[in-house]
Amino acid sequence: MARRRLAAVAALGLALAPLAARADAVIADLSSHQIGITTGFNGASVVLFGATDGPADVIAVVRGPERELTVWRKGKVAGVWTNAEAETFTNAPSFYAIAASRPLDEILSRASAALHRVGIENLRFEPRATTTPERAALFADALVAAQQRAGLFAVTTGRIAFLGERLFRTTLTFPANVPTGSYLVEVFLVRDKEIVGAQTTPLVVSKVGVDAAVYEFAHRRALAYGAIAVVMAVMAGWLASLPFRNA
Amino acid sequence: MDVYLPIAEVSLDIFVLLGLGAGVGFLSGVFGVGGGFLLTPLLILIGVPAPIAVASSANQLVGASVSGVLAHWRRGHVDFKMGFTLLVGGLAGSFLGIWLFTLFARLGQIELVISLCYVVLLGTLGIMMGVESLRAMLRQRRPGAARRKLHRHTWLHGLPLKTRFRKSQLYISALLPIGLGFFVGVLSAVMGIGGGFLMVPAMIYTLGMPTTMVPGTSLLQIIFVAANVTLLQAYTNHTVDAVLALLLLVGGVLGAQFGTRFGTRLRGEQLRFLLALIVLIVAGQLAHDLTIRPKHLFVVPMENR
Repeated sequence: MARRRLAAVAALGLALAPLAARADAVIADLSSHQIGITTGFNGASVVLFGATDGPADVIAVVRGPERELTVWRKGKVAGVWTNAEAETFTNAPSFYAIAASRPLDEILSRASAALHRVGIENLRFEPRATTTPERAALFADALVAAQQRAGLFAVTTGRIAFLGERLFRTTLTFPANVPTGSYLVEVFLVRDKEIVGAQTTPLVVSKVGVDAAVYEFAHRRALAYGAIAVVMAVMAGWLASLPFRNA
Repeated sequence: MDVYLPIAEVSLDIFVLLGLGAGVGFLSGVFGVGGGFLLTPLLILIGVPAPIAVASSANQLVGASVSGVLAHWRRGHVDFKMGFTLLVGGLAGSFLGIWLFTLFARLGQIELVISLCYVVLLGTLGIMMGVESLRAMLRQRRPGAARRKLHRHTWLHGLPLKTRFRKSQLYISALLPIGLGFFVGVLSAVMGIGGGFLMVPAMIYTLGMPTTMVPGTSLLQIIFVAANVTLLQAYTNHTVDAVLALLLLVGGVLGAQFGTRFGTRLRGEQLRFLLALIVLIVAGQLAHDLTIRPKHLFVVPMENR
């Protein structure tokens, strides 16, 4: 009981006492703060590198923008499999990846991991409608599994390598279907199973070039876009038939 | 070589897309069907989100049909009057169809509705056409066997608004093609297809049009119905990926030209038997997928990720 209270106080202290005060305990940056999705886009990787103020462990968490996601459970109705039940979560991260210098359970206490939402098992999903905790948990687990199948939630913990005692680096990889939006890369400095320092770095995933222009146009001037798409198709069909005219 | 599709938000191999377009375009040229009933499921299979696949197929159908109509038109195989009569019903039907599509999508059942529609329609049609074309082929083997009557009179011929379609040598009620167009228009918007595979047999068996006139005329009205669906989808759902459609078209229009030439070398009943086989295979596959236990019981629809 006393230990638990202590943990709670420590947790509160961590949450309130600004980590920023110790931010210089760990300094990290990305090789690039923007991932541009172009026509040839087939996934990307970004190097995360930094330095600590002494021997310690480091954990990096990459979190995509939060979305409202619906999970469907299939059921058999009249001999046919169909979407039978649904649960919608309001705050599911669209992307989640994690990397650490050693296995997570060896370097971080459970309380700290839960507090800072380090690790997929510590993500919390808010159901939109009221539901039983068992049902919410069932669908939340299914959501994680589905996101992992899609390559959007990490299945394993990546490795952060140290060069000597203070310099570290790791490569963060993003799949071709990476959602667009503002990402946060959090770097935690860990000593004696507790987080003693942190730094957050933004990362923007966006469409660039022609693709961005097409996407913008399709959403802002939808009717004009549709008309152009139709005209383009008609032209292409006509052009393609020209060489066969005298056949 | 991968290419990123801006609206679908996925990267796909450019040669897979071109090849897919060419294969489906070839079939479309041979049979005068848009090929959407194959294209849409195949696109979903290679990872395009279902709503994008549906809308972009409609977009590519516009181009493929233009190319197909021109090829048939040069041979004089297009009945414009019949085409525009069908279109009157088709446009009205596609508005209702888009409304239904949006409704079912909101209920999370659009995929089921699409699959069920395919199974029922393709299954019925495939069997009907297969049996009919087999009979026709057998009749030809036995010379002197009883010939089919030129045309049979049913209650359908008693409807008002009798119109003469000279090119097709028909004198029937305009309500028939309008009603047919409407029915196909609804289904084509819901199922994301041009509806040619429904239109072609219906034109042959219900309207009694000559087989040679059917593909070109069917394609003519598909151009406009598909254009309407593309516009509505782009406007209401933002699901038309023009880059995807263009890639499919490049392969598709070439395939369609070769298909049209190939098709003129085949006899009508052989053509119908081949189409019946393809239709039955697709229906069987879809029915199978509906009844086996899915690999993953929980799914997160890709479009809202």
